[in-house]
Amino acid sequence: MKRTIRFTVNGNVAEVEVLPHWNLLRVLREELWLTGAKQGCGEGECGACTVLVDGAPVNACIYPVLEVEGKNVLTIEGLMGEDGRLHPLQEAFLEKAGVQCGFCTPGMIMSAKALLDMNPDPTEAEIRHAIAGNMCRCTGYVQIVESIRRAAELLAGDGSSGKE
Amino acid sequence: MRTFEYLKPTSLKEALELLERYGEKAKLVAGGTDVMVLWKKRAISPEYLISLRNVPELNFVAYDGGLKIGAATPLRTIELSPEIREHFPVITDAVSNLGSVQVRNSGTMGGNICNAAPSADSAPPMLVLGAKVAISGPDGERSVPITEFFRGPSKTVVGPREIVTHFSVPRPQPNTGAAYWKHTRRKAMDLPILGVACLISFQDDMKTCSAASIALGVAAPTPMRAYKAEAFLAGKIIDEATLDEAGAIAASEGSPRTTIRGSAWYRTEMIRVLVKRTGMMCRDRAKGAAGR
Ligand SMILES: Cc1cc2nc3c(=O)[nH]c(=O)nc-3n(C[C@H](O)[C@H](O)[C@H](O)COP(=O)(O)OP(=O)(O)OC[C@H]3O[C@@H](n4cnc5c(N)ncnc54)[C@H](O)[C@@H]3O)c2cc1C
Ligand code: FES
Ligand code: FES
Repeated sequence: MKRTIRFTVNGNVAEVEVLPHWNLLRVLREELWLTGAKQGCGEGECGACTVLVDGAPVNACIYPVLEVEGKNVLTIEGLMGEDGRLHPLQEAFLEKAGVQCGFCTPGMIMSAKALLDMNPDPTEAEIRHAIAGNMCRCTGYVQIVESIRRAAELLAGDGSSGKE
Repeated sequence: MRTFEYLKPTSLKEALELLERYGEKAKLVAGGTDVMVLWKKRAISPEYLISLRNVPELNFVAYDGGLKIGAATPLRTIELSPEIREHFPVITDAVSNLGSVQVRNSGTMGGNICNAAPSADSAPPMLVLGAKVAISGPDGERSVPITEFFRGPSKTVVGPREIVTHFSVPRPQPNTGAAYWKHTRRKAMDLPILGVACLISFQDDMKTCSAASIALGVAAPTPMRAYKAEAFLAGKIIDEATLDEAGAIAASEGSPRTTIRGSAWYRTEMIRVLVKRTGMMCRDRAKGAAGR
């Protein structure tokens, strides 16, 4: 039986009719048309579906949608600034070639966002630990780590950050 | 259509009532990192899922010399707890490399232990720490030593109307160090090929072992203690040679199998190596703790 739930997505209140077994990724992509988060494995292994729930990265593909009721969800679409400006993380991924095919990028950036929110000046080891749950099939990990380091510098420099 | 009803109790009492009402048709779900994957793979099809995420009594970390961890506390909270890192680093060793940050933000220690995989990373540390599992049911509460909790792969002593509420770890003896080593091809994400936890309490000379406990994951159908190796270490001076011998005894107590992740022969060899490694870490950590 369908139920209506309310939660916040990228700063806006969403009201959606859902079936109890739906996962958050399905609702984001197929009900709200937020197709930034990707479906890879569908089993928590690859991290392509990573979004933040109340600031914490989760695998949306196995996150029961009924658990987001009343919570705050941030997806890659929500990182864009008011005037359409890219978030420093997005800038850094472009500058340092952290994007190849781009499939892992939204999830990678959301994991990186959660890391930098908690630890604005991470070491390489800390970055690798934070993105251990995000696979890049193009295997551009070196550039991805450099991109996240660069984003940390950009954020420290101009102090701007994405809207919550 | 294949679906389920998803119930969100907000107290332990309500969760127990729902379990009582729906019985066999219901399954508990905490973080769902095992349950939701099994549901998607069609390995389970419960009519009701009873979520423990919104039950505050199950979500806490309390330190007062000893330690209590609520069963539905996310592993990430446990990983980041400064008190656990300082006083029970053996737990931090295990949870900080369990799955990914994403898995740990949802996954819980209760789910990891109740799922009862031989590879459950949080089991060996809780086994060496002598943890007790608190279980609530229609007839009240009971407490089971974790050494008696596992009954086989995916089997525990928890009854169909019961919920694990928390784990209690007693205050460690003075001069004690403990460590867990997860042996994998990658550090995070992979299930362990082998997991070894060791805890050693020293006499005041900080060399002689007064008591030891050793636990092995993926060495038998359930996580297990290596009691003979522990008894061997009691009273001995702890050095690499002694630990090597203890490791050989521990290896003979396990019954590792050959699986896709590693052969029985390899696992047996690695038990020796890792008992030595974690034993030496115990010594360093006990000294560190004594120096504070
Ligand atoms: C990508 C990925 C990587 C993983 N890596 C690891 C790893 O490295 N090491 C490892 O050990 N595990 C790993 N796991 C397995 C899993 O994440 C852990 O076992 C996790 O701790 C399970 O917790 P949960 O809260 O999600 O459990 P759930 O899926 O919610 O529940 C698991 C089982 O426990 C029962 N249960 C849960 N809570 C209670 C309770 N309070 N009382 C009674 N029964 C209860 C449920 O009914 C179910 O049978 C991984 C999983 C994924 C998807
Ligand atoms: S699609 Fe969710 S982790 Fe792979
Ligand atoms: S850029 Fe292609 S998967 Fe990472």
